[in-house]
Amino acid sequence: MKNICFYFQIHQPIRLKKYGFFEIGQDHYYYDDYHTEEQTRILSEQSYLPTNKVIADMIRSSNGKFKCAFSISGVALEQLELYAPEVIDSFRELAQTGSVEFIAETYAHSLSSVYDADEFELQMKIHADKIESLFGKRPSVFRNAELIYSDEIGEKILDAGFKTVLIEEAKHVMGWKSPNYIYTHAYRNRLKLLVRNSKLSEDIFLRFSNPSCEHYPLTAEKFIGWIAAAPEEERVFNIWMGYEAFGYLHRPESGIYDFLKAIPYHAMEQQIGFVLPSELGKQKEVAGGLTALYPTSWWGHEKDLAPWTGNDLQHEALSKLYEVGMRVRLSKDRPLLHDWLLLQTNDYFRYMSHKEAYGSNYESPYEAFVNYMNILADFLDRVKAQYPTSIGDEELNALLQTITQQDKEIAAREQELNKLKNKLDKISGK
Amino acid sequence: MKVLMFGWEFPPHILGGLGTASYGLTKGMAEQGDLELTFVMPKPSGDEDQSFLKILGANHIPVVWKENSREHVEYRLGNFMHPDEYFWLRNGIKYDFTRIYTNDLGCIDFSGRYPDNLMEEISNYEAAASVLAHQQAFDIIHSHDWLTYPAGIFAKQISGKPLVIHVHATDFDRSRGKVNPTVYSIEKRGMDASDHIITVSNLTRNTVIEKYHQDPSKVTTVHNAVEPLADADSYTKSERKDKIVTFLGRITMQKGPEYFVEAAHRVLQKTDSVRFVMAGSGDMMNDMIHLAAERGIADRFHFPGFLKGRKVYEMLAESDVYIMPSVSEPFGISPLEAMQVGTPTIISKQSGCAEILTHTIKTDYWDIDAMANAIYGIVKYPAMYKSLREEGIYEVNNIKWYDAGLKVRAIYNHLLGWH
Repeated sequence: MKNICFYFQIHQPIRLKKYGFFEIGQDHYYYDDYHTEEQTRILSEQSYLPTNKVIADMIRSSNGKFKCAFSISGVALEQLELYAPEVIDSFRELAQTGSVEFIAETYAHSLSSVYDADEFELQMKIHADKIESLFGKRPSVFRNAELIYSDEIGEKILDAGFKTVLIEEAKHVMGWKSPNYIYTHAYRNRLKLLVRNSKLSEDIFLRFSNPSCEHYPLTAEKFIGWIAAAPEEERVFNIWMGYEAFGYLHRPESGIYDFLKAIPYHAMEQQIGFVLPSELGKQKEVAGGLTALYPTSWWGHEKDLAPWTGNDLQHEALSKLYEVGMRVRLSKDRPLLHDWLLLQTNDYFRYMSHKEAYGSNYESPYEAFVNYMNILADFLDRVKAQYPTSIGDEELNALLQTITQQDKEIAAREQELNKLKNKLDKISGK
Repeated sequence: MKVLMFGWEFPPHILGGLGTASYGLTKGMAEQGDLELTFVMPKPSGDEDQSFLKILGANHIPVVWKENSREHVEYRLGNFMHPDEYFWLRNGIKYDFTRIYTNDLGCIDFSGRYPDNLMEEISNYEAAASVLAHQQAFDIIHSHDWLTYPAGIFAKQISGKPLVIHVHATDFDRSRGKVNPTVYSIEKRGMDASDHIITVSNLTRNTVIEKYHQDPSKVTTVHNAVEPLADADSYTKSERKDKIVTFLGRITMQKGPEYFVEAAHRVLQKTDSVRFVMAGSGDMMNDMIHLAAERGIADRFHFPGFLKGRKVYEMLAESDVYIMPSVSEPFGISPLEAMQVGTPTIISKQSGCAEILTHTIKTDYWDIDAMANAIYGIVKYPAMYKSLREEGIYEVNNIKWYDAGLKVRAIYNHLLGWH
């Protein structure tokens, strides 16, 4: 039996405010709350809330047969909690149906998987914590920000305790292979890889309401027909996209909701079911390993990291930011740690791209860069104030090790002490 | 196709951007191979590059019939034209211009500059154009800027050939809105009489449509380009402690120099490793020196005076930032020249060249905060400098006069019904 795996992503960056160089050292608040709130409200009202309602209806009318997964970045969750808490409630209701699964990602929708392994580990954990605390279940599936994946990143994800990861159908990884199977990591085959079917996904996400498109208008019947017509051995169809496709990118009047609602009916007619990523991860049948020497992503034609790391501006911003990762993690200063997370949001770097600055609120990549760098300059000064650069990284590392070792040692000693105490109690009790 | 062009300046002896643009455009058009260009100007100096077009001095066109021996003509005009041409042109005198003061050859002594009696010179230029229009064969007339519109109109009336006028600037740009009625009337008459109007930017196109009430379908933008700088590599940037931010141009109201001083003041409040240079001269120079002193930044603000030729590029190449805060700039070629030597640029959104440039920082001319922020960004963040430099060179090297020439050619073809 063929199965469709729907997965929707929610992420929006917090808008940075206009931050001139005069503010450096004076103003430590970097965010444009007004526009962030406005953006959250617009997306919530036009897309998240109405679409959640449609999905809830679909689950109910299909007796729970329709299933789909979500990942909501930590940054987006913070915005929703502040400005649109009813969206969180609505997701909680979906979670209770049992037909919806929440997937882990990097808390800050960051590039930490590429630039800072320790930070990556930390962000996987705090995002999973957040999802668990909000929706009651700890995620077992991971999707990296922008589906960034390589063999090396895969290992880190497996080590962090996830058994399944979502990746993009990138030509240089897939070659002739079809995305409609389950694969494994190149050499650690406990990690299952699910591959996005980019053609089918983008037929909806990019092209649904584009009249100049070959298949316009796209109907559910046509869409399911393509899946039904695929070879019998191909069992999994991963349709993944940004959630804003529904109601925001494609307006209700485009027929997107009718399309969505008709999917379960036509799927069942063709004996096609729905499945969650975690269920796919449990399947034994796999088609083999996939090798990804270089990181891939789901953006652009090349499906690589170029949208975030392709030019000198981005290089400088990213290297200046991640240079201080170790120092920041030493700190207990909560506002500093929070800013550190938010400043890693990868959209800020994409806005510095000469080619891929889609959705940018800046007039040019240069403006995006200067604004970010001014903010970063202030942030770095704050880090420096706590951990002077006169202490080298190596020295700091040694200190850090001593501290963690000390903790471990103290814990071990305490354990020993307790043991002895217990013994003593027992002896004296006797 | 034979084109009769009326211009005012042509390199190497130029006073403003008009000459540079005339040269670039005609050279780019000559590459099409099947254009025969005659470029008329008031007073050529004889050392113009005539390899791709013919230069004709209006001061060598007889407007009053005077008898002269062949030897005398040869002696007087030998450096510029063949005596036969003089006699042939003389046959084109159909009107009585004896009211105009002429020399021994019956020619007018043009100054070729922008003298006090400019209006007189413009109408004398018209007289010379009439002789030419009667005698010379051509398919189309092309007039560069308002000084030459009357000549173009007269040539059109005589020959019946279509007239294209090329608006490099309008009086609204030069005067920040306080237009000179005489100039306006000449401009307006030229536009009304023309068959098509070429503007150097959409900014100018809008002015032409809104302020001169022209039919939009008659106005086409052909953005200027820039001549490749053959010796670009010979300009180097020396190592120095301080960063240099440069303004280069006429220090007049139109160029917005005071915004530069204010932006410099902002930057210097935060950092002291930057120096500011205001190169050029103009009626606001003394005011600017005062303003810099008043702001207390005179020690970091320098006025090297008017720069020419190679010195211009040297100054640009030595700079870390080139800034052009023009209040109104029809096109503005100098940022492109700065980009050619790899200097990052900041330009006002009120500049025509902003319409075609990507790798530059654009701010409103009055937004000194944004300007200061951009200066700070370029001098403080090396990637910003590097990116603007490298992408800028690549971008500017792909802005070619040949392409601009093709657009002009398409307009000619359209007017003549040639396809």
